[in-house]
Amino acid sequence: MDIKEYIASGILELYVAGTLSEEESKEVYRLTLKHPEVLDEVLKIEAAIVKLTAAASPSDSKLLYPSIKEKITTDTTKVIPLDTKPNKQWFTYVSWAASIVFAAGFLWFANDNSQLKEQIRIADIDKELLEVQIEKGNSSLTEAKKLISVLRDKDIIAVPLAGQAVAPEAYAKVFWDKKSNSIVLDVQGLPEPPKGKVYQVWSLKLNPLTPTSLGVIADFNTDENKLFTIENANASEAFGITLEPEGGSESPTLEQLYTLGAVAATP
Amino acid sequence: MQLDLLVTKFQDKDEKAFETLYNMYSDSMHGVIYNIVRDHDIAQEVMQDVFIKAWNNASTYSSKKGRFFTWILNIARNAAIDQTRSKNFKKAKQNLNSDFFVDIIESNESLDNQTDAIGIKGFVSKLAAKCKEVIELIYFKGYTQKEASETLEMPIGTIKTRNRKCISELRNMLEV
Repeated sequence: MDIKEYIASGILELYVAGTLSEEESKEVYRLTLKHPEVLDEVLKIEAAIVKLTAAASPSDSKLLYPSIKEKITTDTTKVIPLDTKPNKQWFTYVSWAASIVFAAGFLWFANDNSQLKEQIRIADIDKELLEVQIEKGNSSLTEAKKLISVLRDKDIIAVPLAGQAVAPEAYAKVFWDKKSNSIVLDVQGLPEPPKGKVYQVWSLKLNPLTPTSLGVIADFNTDENKLFTIENANASEAFGITLEPEGGSESPTLEQLYTLGAVAATP
Repeated sequence: MQLDLLVTKFQDKDEKAFETLYNMYSDSMHGVIYNIVRDHDIAQEVMQDVFIKAWNNASTYSSKKGRFFTWILNIARNAAIDQTRSKNFKKAKQNLNSDFFVDIIESNESLDNQTDAIGIKGFVSKLAAKCKEVIELIYFKGYTQKEASETLEMPIGTIKTRNRKCISELRNMLEV
C-alpha cells in the first residue's frame, strides 16, 4: 500500500470524525501502529479538530468540572453490603428456578430478536425507497423554483398560446427571456402526443409569415413538470406548436397547429 | 505515549487522569453540543452528562476501535441529538436557527482570551461555503460520508477529498 496516497485520500480525517465503519477504523488503527507517519497525521488532524470544535464552546468548560467530580465520586463510593448468612438449600431452589426463567426468557428474546432484524431490514428498504422519492421531489422542486423565478422576473415576456381548431382545449405558455435568448415553455395544457408523433415549437414572423423551428419536444411524456427551456435568438412575433412526425419537420403542418399566440407589442 | 497512559489510567478509574482528559476535551464537546442544541443551559447539562457517561462506561472504550477523542465525540453528538428529540426541547425550540458552527465561532466572545482565537476566527471567516458545509456535517453533526454526499448532492469521493482539503487549510492556519 502506498502510505502517502492513503494519507492523501482523506480517510484519516474521517477516522478522527468517527464516521468510518468499525472495520475501516480497525484498519486505520493497525496502520497507525505500523507507520509512524500515519499516526503523526492522525494526531495533527485531531489537534486541529479539537481546536476548531473548542472554539464553538460558549463558555469555559473547566469551571463545570467540580460538579462532575462530585457526581462520579459519590457514585463510586456507594457500596452495597453483601448478605453473608448461609442458607444453601433455599439458594439452590431459587437458582434452579432462576435458570429456567432465564432460559425461557432467552428463547423468547432470540425469537423476538430475529423478528426485529426482519423489521429493520424492511424499514431499511422503505427508507431507501423514500430517499429515491425525496430526490425526485427535490429535482421537481428545483424546476418549480426556476419557474417561479422566471414568472417574477420583470424582463420576461409571457406569451399565452391558445388552442386552435385541432385541439380547442389545448393551451400552452411561453416565458421569453430576451436577455438570455431563451424561452421556458410550459406545455402542461397539451394532450399527450400520439405514438410516432412529437410536438414541434415554432417562432413566427408575421409579415410575411415566416416560421423558424425551435426544435421538437422529444421527452414530453417523461418530463413530470412539462417545462422545457429552449434557446431562441429570433425576433419572434408569435409562437406556435404543431404536431409533427417523429424527428420534426422542415416547415409546420398547419392543419396540426395545436396552439398559437402572438407576442404583445412592447412599447 | 502520554495520552495512551492517561486513557488507561482513566479506564482504571483514576480520577486525576479523568480530570486531565476532561480539560483536554471538554471545550470541544461543549462546542459540538452547543452547535446542536443552541442553548447555553442545555449544552452545559448535556456536556456534563457526557463526561459522567464516559466515566461510567470507561471500560467499553478500546483504542482498536478509534481515538479516545472520537469515542467521546460520538457520545457527545448522540447525547445532544437525543436531547433535541425530547418533547420538552421541541416545545421550547421550535425555531432553531440554521446557522453553521461558523456563525457561533465568529460571534464567540469567550473565545477572545484563548491563544488560537484570532487564527480560528480568521479561518472560519475565510472558509469557502463548501468547506463550511462539509465540516459542519462531518465533525459537528457526525454524518457519514454517504449521508453527507446525499445532503450536499455531491459524489461520495468528493466529500472525502474536499474534507481533507478543508482540514488542511485549517491546519495551515493553526500550524499543526
